[in-house]
Amino acid sequence: MSLRDRWPPLPRTVHPGAWWLWSLGLATAASRTTNPILLVMILAVCGFVVVRRRGDAPWALAFRMYLFLGAFIVTMRVVFRIVFGGGQGDIVLFTLPEIPLPEWAAGIRLFGAVAVEQILGGFYDGLRLATMVVCVGAANALANPKRMLKALPGALYEIGTAVVVALTVAPQLVESVLRVRRARRLRAGGQKGLRALRGILIPVLEDALNRSLALAAAMASRGYGRTGHVPRGTRLLTGSLVVTGLLGVCAGLYGVMDASTPRYMGAPMLAAGLAVATAGFVIGGRRVRRSRYRPDRWRPGEFAVVASGLATGTLMYLTTRVDPANLYPSLNPLTWPEVGLLPAVAILIGVLPAWLAPPPESTQEPATAEIPAQGTAPAALPVGGPPRAARK
Amino acid sequence: MIRFDDVTFFHAGASTPVLAGVNLHIPEGELCLVTGRTGAGKSTLLGAVNGLVPRFTGGTLHGRVTVDGHATEDRAPQEFAELVGVVGQDPLAGFVTDTVEDELAYGMEQLGTSPEVMRKRVEETLDLLGIAELRRRPLRTLSGGQQQRVAIGAVLTAHPKVLVLDEPTSALDPTAAEDVLAAIIRLVHDLGTTVLVAEHRVERVLQYADRLVRLDGDGRVVDGEPATLIADSDLAPPVVRLARLAGWEPPPLSVRDARRRAAGLHERLRGREPATNTAEPGAARLTARRVTVAYGQTLAVRGVDLDLRGGEVLALMGRNGSGKSSLLWALQGSGPRRSGTVDVGGTDPGKASAKGARALVGLVPQTASDLIYLDTVDAECKQGDTESQVPPGTCRTLLDALAPGIPGDRHPRDLSEGQKLALVLAVQLSSAPGVVLLDEPTRGLDYHAKRHFTETVRAQAAAGRAVVVATHDVEFVAGAADRVVVMAEGEIVADGPTAEVVVSSPAFAPQVAKVLAPWLTVEQVAAALAEEAS
Repeated sequence: MSLRDRWPPLPRTVHPGAWWLWSLGLATAASRTTNPILLVMILAVCGFVVVRRRGDAPWALAFRMYLFLGAFIVTMRVVFRIVFGGGQGDIVLFTLPEIPLPEWAAGIRLFGAVAVEQILGGFYDGLRLATMVVCVGAANALANPKRMLKALPGALYEIGTAVVVALTVAPQLVESVLRVRRARRLRAGGQKGLRALRGILIPVLEDALNRSLALAAAMASRGYGRTGHVPRGTRLLTGSLVVTGLLGVCAGLYGVMDASTPRYMGAPMLAAGLAVATAGFVIGGRRVRRSRYRPDRWRPGEFAVVASGLATGTLMYLTTRVDPANLYPSLNPLTWPEVGLLPAVAILIGVLPAWLAPPPESTQEPATAEIPAQGTAPAALPVGGPPRAARK
Repeated sequence: MIRFDDVTFFHAGASTPVLAGVNLHIPEGELCLVTGRTGAGKSTLLGAVNGLVPRFTGGTLHGRVTVDGHATEDRAPQEFAELVGVVGQDPLAGFVTDTVEDELAYGMEQLGTSPEVMRKRVEETLDLLGIAELRRRPLRTLSGGQQQRVAIGAVLTAHPKVLVLDEPTSALDPTAAEDVLAAIIRLVHDLGTTVLVAEHRVERVLQYADRLVRLDGDGRVVDGEPATLIADSDLAPPVVRLARLAGWEPPPLSVRDARRRAAGLHERLRGREPATNTAEPGAARLTARRVTVAYGQTLAVRGVDLDLRGGEVLALMGRNGSGKSSLLWALQGSGPRRSGTVDVGGTDPGKASAKGARALVGLVPQTASDLIYLDTVDAECKQGDTESQVPPGTCRTLLDALAPGIPGDRHPRDLSEGQKLALVLAVQLSSAPGVVLLDEPTRGLDYHAKRHFTETVRAQAAAGRAVVVATHDVEFVAGAADRVVVMAEGEIVADGPTAEVVVSSPAFAPQVAKVLAPWLTVEQVAAALAEEAS
């Protein structure tokens, strides 16, 4: 197949793991800098890729929530600095009345003089955390979180299903709460506080309990949890190997992302964790008698996505070695943040999936708009009025 | 294929058995209909087939249940997955994944079917049930009938020899029910699947059944030819009751058979008119003008004009999602209303306080149990009195009138569906509203409870109230309603006297009307024949 046949990529679902690795790459890059210009660039890259490559499924709309969460984080950081962190910096913007604290609380200051450095410090810090959160949000919007769980190795299958079920329960609970609250208004009980809570809680909990029992029965009668003939010892061994390994991976990831942890907590820990977890998966995978329907496969598109994300992360990591000056703009003395060429290029590489990744498929029924307008289009219209997608 | 040998089942702590000494044998390839009143043990019988009873429900089961030679006592329900497919009452509650295609594949993944076979079977099942165009849709966005068909497809992909369905069409509108039934019939004919189905709406399934299993409520189970068993059953559908009147032996089970034998009855009824409710409806109790309800970009109700008159029972019909519930909530004032006016005796319930709105319009929502949250019936009644600011005992008196003899110390959750509905209705009526709205009240009611509920509704109208019942149940509508309003896509598409609207519609016509239009109910025919005889 020549490049011409492959370009532009046809719509299909991209392996969720690819999006997650890409977003982890961007998050790593964000963790390495407090330079607001670089952070805003990362945010822009995330936002652009999400807008170009997300589907029309409900979870894809959650990206907005992560943006709000990010804004909240930044605001909180700045507010905390104003409330608690007074006294640092020379350029005082305004002075709030300071609340005197007793002797034993020495070192903590409430309000007082508010300096530019102080606010900016909070803003940079908050922005870094917010950017990392938004990166995770981008992955969530681009990849169906449930499909990611489906891509889990066989040994983790049970845990994956439990998580999937838990994920469905949350929106259902919200739905029941809304329904029951509406119904409570019909009775006009007028109770406040705990008694009103009881009127909502009891029907909701009963509903949730009934539903989970029904689900458990349905899952059992469809064969979930067929253990086959695996000895208990083997199951325990695989379980503990996998869990220990994953804990190692988490600690390792933390080490890689946080520059202040000792070096051995980084890459070596990550590698060791991966090794242990893989051993667990291999042992566990041998006994799995399940199969997988249309699994997501790794194809060039996925590799391109992962490569761009990892390149961003790696280049940023290199920058901290070569030229870290611009990554942490100085607050004392206060300087305008500057952007070096290397980090800018690093971040811009992260935007490539907006073109390289295949676009998502529509979950709707084919709409009339997709029928080529060649004059004969009306003949191709489905019988019985406009298709559902058009009515939505 | 399915064999019950001397099966007795006790619920945990119960002294009387739900099933007592049941012997039952269902041969391969039969469609077997299970009937019985609410609480007679239909779900228990169905659950015992793959061992969910007693392994999931608790209780003790004596005797032996075998499917294709495998006993449920030896194997867990999981191991029956490739043999028995179970579809529950609420399909949404049983879904594990979130899109149609994944849901169809889920069962096969558990069984370790190879990917090629899975792919092929998913495509075959999509076609078999006519849901191919839904394959990528999220399950929550499907309509009730589509969800039910996906749920059936999801168990079919494992190629079970037995399919167990608990109330598959009870919550569906007539057209969606037809779709689901057509799919089931196709399985019986083309795949030779043995189907065991429990259904309150006997009239929908009876004509397709090869065997009828009747639970009498005392633990006994009788099975046999549908025509023989249904003839003296108290759960007989309208055609069978019509046959009893006309003396047809054996009774016809389908509308078509009845029509072919109805020539003589037509002759006898010639020149007579069905008795209708002659009472002139009173003054308008509620006037709604240009009511529009929108959720975001979706319009649920589009500029509906509606007048509700005292003394009149209005049936609100239309397929699932046509805006019936949204309209009821908007009329009551507790639901959103984008524009338009609602006027109840000069007051707009949407602008009144919750208490004020409740005194004007009473609404019993679709899940009536949402309104109940206390420990005993008496406590609920007392709470109802306080909420309506009426003398203590009012609610209890109302309840006794609606459903006599409910013990006051009973937990509301332990009541039957009919009693629960009566309790919620009593609570809502205690504030003496002039307008009563009921959203899908007949769900889960058996024939008896439904007949009783029809009387309740008529009594409310006779007391001068305006009553609206949103329902899919055409037989109930034929018996209870004076006027029918049909909604589609948020608009009113038909509005008129029951006889006119219902007879002209193929989907909403009751069985008797299909045989003997313009007669709607067995009671009307019975009254006319009695007149003739005297």
